Amino acid sequence: MAEISDSGGGGHKKGGKKRAKKNSTKVDMTPMVDLAFLLLTFFVLTSTFSKPKVMSLVYPAKPDDTEKIDETQRINNAITFLVSQDKIFYYEGEFYAPGNAKGKPTTVLLETTFGPQGVRKLLTEKNKLVLGEKAKLDARLANKEIKQEEYEKLLNKAKADKYALKVLIKTDTKATCKNFIDLVDELKINSIGVVAPVDLMQSELNLMEAKTK
Amino acid sequence: MGKISMPKGAPSIDMTPMVDLAFLLVTFFMLSANFRENEPVTVATPSSISDKEVPQKHLIMVTVSQDGLVYFNATGNKTREVLLNNMCAKYKVALTKEQQEEFLKMSSVGTPMKGLSKYLSMNSQERSKLKWGIPTDSTQGPNELRDWINFAHAASLKEGQADYEDASSKTTDKLEVNDYKPKFVLKVDGKAEYARAKVVIEVFRDLNINNLNFVTSLEQKPTIKA
Repeated sequence: MAEISDSGGGGHKKGGKKRAKKNSTKVDMTPMVDLAFLLLTFFVLTSTFSKPKVMSLVYPAKPDDTEKIDETQRINNAITFLVSQDKIFYYEGEFYAPGNAKGKPTTVLLETTFGPQGVRKLLTEKNKLVLGEKAKLDARLANKEIKQEEYEKLLNKAKADKYALKVLIKTDTKATCKNFIDLVDELKINSIGVVAPVDLMQSELNLMEAKTK
Repeated sequence: MGKISMPKGAPSIDMTPMVDLAFLLVTFFMLSANFRENEPVTVATPSSISDKEVPQKHLIMVTVSQDGLVYFNATGNKTREVLLNNMCAKYKVALTKEQQEEFLKMSSVGTPMKGLSKYLSMNSQERSKLKWGIPTDSTQGPNELRDWINFAHAASLKEGQADYEDASSKTTDKLEVNDYKPKFVLKVDGKAEYARAKVVIEVFRDLNINNLNFVTSLEQKPTIKA
């Protein structure tokens, strides 16, 4: 292959017959191989295998101007997360501002963390209903009792259940996108169907600021 | 004593299998490689468990960089052409032929309309040094991002419709219409303030676009025990 052919073939021997010079049919492949490996190295180094993914999030439609928004959104079995820079607070159910008209005690904000021990554990606890439903469906899918499409349909139905946990996300001006996406990701991990990023109320901001101090 | 006979001539190895393998690998990497588009800004996206891939076609993407600057990108040549014409007509910007061609070739743009002509005459290195971004504040002049999205949406819908009809005529299979509708993708830097991203999200929501996709990198899915 890549050797230097030094035995060129039959020369002119004395008295011998005149023979055509036997040229070696071998081609020196070294430059080609060099090039091939160069290209190989280039492509190996430049190619990226992990394509970016997308996480879809459906925002609630903007209410018409004619519709009045209630300050205290009446949502049953809801949990509200308040996100600040690398800090996260939550409360359950309705929000009662200090000195509210209904005379209810002021809502107490509880602090948690972004890690698996914080938000994830909390949500797993709260969303047992849907997760239990999902585990059953997973088992049925594994046993091939139901098809993938049916599985997804039933799972979505379970997620939209009246008693399933609903989550509101409110962010202040200091929160980073990573905080927000990390939280949404935790919600997805815990199969929470209804997620609504909404605006922060002033009274909530005050409470949160008092907590962060 | 027997003599060790040395082989005559140069020692040679048959390289053919190695070359075969090398070329096989070259071919594989060449075909599997997808080149990163030359974006004017590098964005470190947060990670999530979602394994949905970024759609390649009929994509309308808004990037929010770490400094909170906003960039816009839309795919599809026809879409970009119509989009550029509409934007230039609305903001009364005149572009040369070269600048228009440059716009069709490039990916994300991050410039106010009045600087578009200058922006398109630069090379990508000069562009990445700029800190311009698309204006999103409607208190200081028009909300240009809104127009970018709005025009791109209309143009992309049209192109998607044409693509759908074109693809349907070639096959007897039933095609999913939703695959040809524009997808709205938001690429945010993890360190960017959420308030900046929220401004962009509000622009989308104002236009009645509520289904947004966040670009994320993949992370391991944890197991949840109920």
